[in-house]
Amino acid sequence: MNLPQIVEYARSGITVGSIYAIVAIGFNIIYACTGIINFAQGEFLIVGAMTAISLSHVLPLPAAIAGAVLVTALLGGLLEIVFIRPVKNASVLRLIVVTIGLSIVIREAMLHLWGETVRSLPYFTGTAVSTVTILGAGVSLQVFWVLGVSAVIVAALTLFFRFTLTGRAMRACADDRMAARLCGINDRWMVTLSFMLSAGIGALAGCVISPVTQTQYDMGAPLAIKGFTVAIIGGLGNSMGAVAAGLFLGLLEAFVTSQSSAYKEAVSIVVLLLILVFRPSGLFTRSDVSALRTA
Amino acid sequence: MRLRIYYPVLATAVLIVLLHLALAYADATYYMTQITMSAYYALVVIGLCLLMGYAGQASLGHAGFFAIGGYTAAVLTTYNLRPYADAPFVSLCRALGLTMQWKDLYGTDILSFTPWAAFGSALLLTGLIALVIGASVIRLKGHYLAMATLGFGLIVYRIALGTPVLGRADGISNVPPFHLLGSLQVNGRAPFRIQNYYLAWVVVLIAMVLALNLVHSRVGRALRSIHENEEAAHSLGVNTYRYKLAVFVLSAIFAAMGGALLTHYSGSIGPAEATVMKSVRYVAIVAVGGMANLWGAMVMGILLNFLSLRGVFGSFDDTVFGAILIMMMIFAPQGLLRVPRLRALGSLVSRRSHA
Amino acid sequence: MDKALLSTRNLHRSFGGVHAVKDVSFHVPTGAIKAVIGPNGAGKTTLFNLIAGTLTPHQGQVIFRGQPITGHKPHAVAALGIARTFQTTKLFPHMTVLENVMMGRHTRTRSGFLAGMFNAPWTWREQRQTEAKARAILEELGLTAHTNETACNLPFGRQRLVEFARALATEPSLLLLDEPAAGLNIYETQQLSQLILKIRDTGITCLVVEHDMSLVMNISDEVVVLDQGHKIAEGPPAAIQRNPEVIRVYLGDEHA
Repeated sequence: MNLPQIVEYARSGITVGSIYAIVAIGFNIIYACTGIINFAQGEFLIVGAMTAISLSHVLPLPAAIAGAVLVTALLGGLLEIVFIRPVKNASVLRLIVVTIGLSIVIREAMLHLWGETVRSLPYFTGTAVSTVTILGAGVSLQVFWVLGVSAVIVAALTLFFRFTLTGRAMRACADDRMAARLCGINDRWMVTLSFMLSAGIGALAGCVISPVTQTQYDMGAPLAIKGFTVAIIGGLGNSMGAVAAGLFLGLLEAFVTSQSSAYKEAVSIVVLLLILVFRPSGLFTRSDVSALRTA
Repeated sequence: MRLRIYYPVLATAVLIVLLHLALAYADATYYMTQITMSAYYALVVIGLCLLMGYAGQASLGHAGFFAIGGYTAAVLTTYNLRPYADAPFVSLCRALGLTMQWKDLYGTDILSFTPWAAFGSALLLTGLIALVIGASVIRLKGHYLAMATLGFGLIVYRIALGTPVLGRADGISNVPPFHLLGSLQVNGRAPFRIQNYYLAWVVVLIAMVLALNLVHSRVGRALRSIHENEEAAHSLGVNTYRYKLAVFVLSAIFAAMGGALLTHYSGSIGPAEATVMKSVRYVAIVAVGGMANLWGAMVMGILLNFLSLRGVFGSFDDTVFGAILIMMMIFAPQGLLRVPRLRALGSLVSRRSHA
Repeated sequence: MDKALLSTRNLHRSFGGVHAVKDVSFHVPTGAIKAVIGPNGAGKTTLFNLIAGTLTPHQGQVIFRGQPITGHKPHAVAALGIARTFQTTKLFPHMTVLENVMMGRHTRTRSGFLAGMFNAPWTWREQRQTEAKARAILEELGLTAHTNETACNLPFGRQRLVEFARALATEPSLLLLDEPAAGLNIYETQQLSQLILKIRDTGITCLVVEHDMSLVMNISDEVVVLDQGHKIAEGPPAAIQRNPEVIRVYLGDEHA
């Protein structure tokens, strides 16, 4: 492998890796607030990208993307109100099953709305062929968009949870629902908000990655699996861990794929299984916590 | 006292015969083909019901076990051993009567393992894989177990899709019929339709009797106690890890049995049987049946698979199962047969669904 | 102490940096009611979980009938004849009272997966005996009327009694009771003391972790007092009540 090839694999690893990190953060937001793993997280990205593609026919690109993020966030909130909230005395098993059902229904709805066609948003700046040369390898401008947007999302979320009242209220709910309620926080609204937030950033991630990987109705599930793997590696609820783990998994995938592309999908699943078996608390958390998750 | 649990088995046997007569009268015996196939899918559901409904452990990987059973049976009965006929292992198998000679559709002479040998291997292999996978993941709880089994299912799908000997995207076709005894055989061709209708039902009813026995035994009680309160069960001397592992392996073997028999019946198997969507479908059926309700699971397993195979749901096939999952969990987590208005109906099907 | 049914030797367990149980040694004599008391957070429940196998001690040993059982899993501990109840009652909520108590017979019965699936004839007798035994215990505790009720529909006090019945069904030689009086009213607590004495008189040794002083002082033969993970006193109830250290811990320095 020569230098430009290494740069090429690193580029693709970092690009998809940062998207995995965003999916993982989406999982984290909902998990922290509710203890639910939302199996429909991957679908949010595809809904966002597809909506933006449709809107981009009538609106300028930035407006189309903003519209798509808004639509997806509303969809996320709506799903929570209609399908998660009414589940009474919810056991984890039942909520898992509900979100699995949601992911299927959303995916099939997209199949009927948008068909099996592979679509993509246009490149945000320049075209598919405009590149910057780094260490002898051509790197597409969209890659910088992906990295930039991911960084902005992570930074904005951190600020949101640290410094805004709503963000703090959400963290309070995550710590102790009952105590938060006693402080006058509307915990139900916080749960809805967590779904909206994670759907919204999912949609944004779906939009920026769309020109690079393209978008098809059934791409959500693999993204969800990888995002979950990343969330677990990084430690559920740990955003910085998710970023590190996302880049790690993206790079691992890119370099393994460079050797044999047949096993690309299997890489992350094998990593997931290994992590679940040996360190369910993640690589960046102390193992004390894992006692809570296993027998 | 315990004989009471068998009454619904007898009732079902009578209904099966009546259904045959009705179909014969309506000149619609071709429906029997899909009923037979549904019955084999129902085997997966019965096993999953033990694991999920009774022991409370979610699995999103049961299509994987079904596929391992089916693919093992298919490979061993179709892979031509003729070039290796004189290798020591193959000679030994020939001497032991584990191989057979036959001609495929194109008239090629094939030397392969017998379906019995393949069936035994399929169950054994699935059991072993389930043991290894289960031993490592069954400690996990809730989401973690669901994701781990989902990951396992995806790996099986990828392997089926990527391995040449498994036929990649095309799968394996031309699987020979399974000669059981005399003229009794698992065979999907029209002349064998009625025979296979009864054969499949016998297999399902045997599986039901075994499962019902288990549920009403000391072990069944222990499994339910794990579902209800694992810590308390553990403190009463239930080796929770071993019980969960055992029922995981058992349910995988049920799935493999369904996979192997259906493969012989339809003469082929493809990667579509190993998809996550199939696993989710089995979970949905157990949920509609009422989780801890074997009769509900079996009836729904046959009914929903039958409708799906008849193409009733059209292009909404997956949507239907997704929607079923959501609706059941929100409105009737105890299963359709326990919704108050339908309870009378439920009592016809199962007198004591778990006691 | 050859008469000790259960002993702990220098048990130690910490969580993070907090020492929940520190260097605790004591003996439970056969046939006695021994109580462990202490203020909230003294490490009583941790100590209990160390004995029952729910937690593994970082140092020290638990000895039962002269054999070390340190680090045994709860199911293995149960199989040796140690039964327990929980601070917050842990019944199997959707099983009937009878089934709950039948679960107590688990360690005393043997039929496994294959015997169950094939309904082996010898399991029938075992099943009958299990049920008969469970009914006998329910009758003994005056719960016969509730036999076929679903456990979660019972009032709280009754649920606790069912948990007792379930523990007794294991025919234990040692019964661990984790705050049995928690949440009970005075009348129920009194009934409970009678019950514990009756259990002791049938030859079952009891180890009680309790917050309720009146219960402890009335029924126990010996008391161990824990404070912040340490054992600060041990002896008969009358002596414990006069112990200045115990008074200081419970009532504050000015009363000592």
